[in-house]
Amino acid sequence: MRLRSLVAAAAVTALGISLAACGGSDSGDSSGGSSGGDQTLTYWASNQGTSLDNDKEVLTPVLQKFTQETGIKVNLEVIGWNDLQTRIQTAITSGQAPDVVNIGNTWAASLQATDAFLPFDGEAMDAIGGKDKFVPTALATGGKEGTDPTSVPLYGLAYGMYYNKAMFAAAGLQPPKTWEEMVAAAKKLTNPAKNQYGMALAAGSYTENVHFAFINAAQNGADWFDKDGKPTFTGDGQVQGVLRYLDLMQKDKVANPSNAQYDNGTKSVNDFATKKVAMIINQNNANSSIAANGMKSSEYGVVPFPAPADAANQTASHVAGINLSIFKNTKNKDAALKFVKFMTDPGTQATLGKPFASLPVLKDAKPVFTDNAEEAATFQDIYNTKSKPLPLVPAEDQYESTVGKAMNAMFAKIATGGTVTADEVKAALKTAEDQVAASS
Amino acid sequence: MSVATTDAPADAAKPARSRRAGPERRPGLSRWLPYLLLAPAVLLELLIHIIPMLVGIWMSFVKLTKFYIANWSAAPWAGLGNYKVAVDFDNAVGEGLLKSFGVTIAFSLITVALSWTLGMAAAVALQPPFRGRSWVRTLFLVPYALPAYAGILTWNFMLQRDTGIVNHILVDNLGLASDRPFWLLGGNALVSLITVAVWKLWTFAFLTLMAGLQSIPRDVYEAAAVDGAGNLRQWRNITLPSLRPVNLVLVLVLFLWTFSDFNTPYVLFGTAQPPAGDLITFHIYNASFLTWNFGSGAAMSVLLLIFLMIVTGIYLFVTGRRSRRA
Repeated sequence: MRLRSLVAAAAVTALGISLAACGGSDSGDSSGGSSGGDQTLTYWASNQGTSLDNDKEVLTPVLQKFTQETGIKVNLEVIGWNDLQTRIQTAITSGQAPDVVNIGNTWAASLQATDAFLPFDGEAMDAIGGKDKFVPTALATGGKEGTDPTSVPLYGLAYGMYYNKAMFAAAGLQPPKTWEEMVAAAKKLTNPAKNQYGMALAAGSYTENVHFAFINAAQNGADWFDKDGKPTFTGDGQVQGVLRYLDLMQKDKVANPSNAQYDNGTKSVNDFATKKVAMIINQNNANSSIAANGMKSSEYGVVPFPAPADAANQTASHVAGINLSIFKNTKNKDAALKFVKFMTDPGTQATLGKPFASLPVLKDAKPVFTDNAEEAATFQDIYNTKSKPLPLVPAEDQYESTVGKAMNAMFAKIATGGTVTADEVKAALKTAEDQVAASS
Repeated sequence: MSVATTDAPADAAKPARSRRAGPERRPGLSRWLPYLLLAPAVLLELLIHIIPMLVGIWMSFVKLTKFYIANWSAAPWAGLGNYKVAVDFDNAVGEGLLKSFGVTIAFSLITVALSWTLGMAAAVALQPPFRGRSWVRTLFLVPYALPAYAGILTWNFMLQRDTGIVNHILVDNLGLASDRPFWLLGGNALVSLITVAVWKLWTFAFLTLMAGLQSIPRDVYEAAAVDGAGNLRQWRNITLPSLRPVNLVLVLVLFLWTFSDFNTPYVLFGTAQPPAGDLITFHIYNASFLTWNFGSGAAMSVLLLIFLMIVTGIYLFVTGRRSRRA
């Protein structure tokens, strides 16, 4: 009998433990008293430097400074881009969220729609230093037009067309001012027999592809969503814009078909930095990878991504970059606002601009990401005057995945010897449009 | 998979029931002891399998899009809406699901057939004792012992067009093709996917069949040899019938695993998956996580569950009837 009760007691204990284990997950890691004293914020940072460890090294002294100034500790986690969106989704769904998080600014309107983030209304905006300190186009990416943004700009980025000065000089070429000049130059610098190509494209990356779908369509004067947020993917401007970009590999043959397997921008940047190709179109954070490969900033030039000679519009980039958001359910709202204020402070921005190769998001700040004054001025000009935000609608994330993946598939078809006609582009975009419509 | 797990608590409860029928000699706590001992298992089963499954079924009936994931309870009831979209094959979503389903069926059938054939061949070949047999057996088990992600990632490197060793051998060394083929894009993607899946899976078939072979008495073969039966005849008339119970379970398990394989396409293709490698679990993942439409993804999952239950049911019914007749 004694043995039996012992076993029973053990069983009950085991039950209790398993119950406690499921109950235990309720207390999140973002805890920390709301009453002054020892406050700890949890901060999820995106990967901006050359590696996750590099990000940690760069951010740690900055966060220490914040702790010294305010007494608020910051628990940092750097998250790679492949995981960040899923981690944020999971955080929203479970309510187990950090206090402050970095987001790709193109997700801003989609994330705003989840209602999980703190709106920077008048009071919150004042607490972080007022909206007037930001570059207006950068702040416009913070959420849907006409609403209080749920994110504020942190690092600014823009696309530019990088070209290898020595290769251009050797071929007697001038930096291109129009799309046609760019293609002509790329053709001259292409020699498939020697495995030499004019350009490298991240043609297997759906996020890169969709950016070019957007920019090329914008140059044609076409928009991807109408005023009511309904997708309008199949217009002539969109189809021709997508086809123009695909034709770099298909008709003009200035990109290696292998590029269809380049599933992130770093791969094309490395081709440029190791002098396999003469041109890339990339955001200015390419600088850190270029430098890591040993190419000096004096060896390349940057011009705005050129539009066709008869373009309706000179858009050369989307307003790219990283924004900061605060989770609405934070227990440390005041501390989180202080932290956002600190991160968007001129001092912090100047410290982080160089290692993360980012453009300033503050009105009066000077770019510090490069020692090349000409390059800095070009990017600043693109960011401030030639950039257009990606559609600020809740379905933006679906636009990215459906159109981007459709372009992946079309590049794959071209690379494996097939052809893609304007009608096929239209059909692919129609499918993407249906997918977006079905889930909104 | 879920079919097998839902059966578990029912089976586990049986001994308890039969004991209750006996004379009631032990009053008090000891009468409840069996239930207490079972309770942790039942509870964990509920927590890990049953409740998430029920939540998944509930999700498939609501409009759980990004507008509601922060507050699930506010998600509006969608009725059969999610299912309608998933099976409307004129629509892009339904058409995509149907194509993915077709790819998955082809992938599963070929993978299971190849894995079984290879496993059987290796098990039979390694049956007679020879020097170094245990070494070869161990070597064959390496793919099964390797962590799936590491193995598939290595395949991903090997199958790259410019830098992969496959093209290096085929094109540079053997000169079999003038133009480097893509292995992870276009039509070849399915071939690559099947190769990797078979590589990962066949050793399990090998291990299971090898264990099965041990239980066939040696003298049956000797008697057959005396009667003049060749190797093929012995295999067909002795080995296959004797392994029948093993094969019944093995083929079913291989099919269910292959059909719901997620790791292989996910690691092999990353975010740039080609249409030819669009397996259904991966398709559902994309439908849920890329478009943030978890209701629609859940509906597709439930359809998948129903399909697998039907297949399993038919399989068990047909094979069960046949073995009773025999």
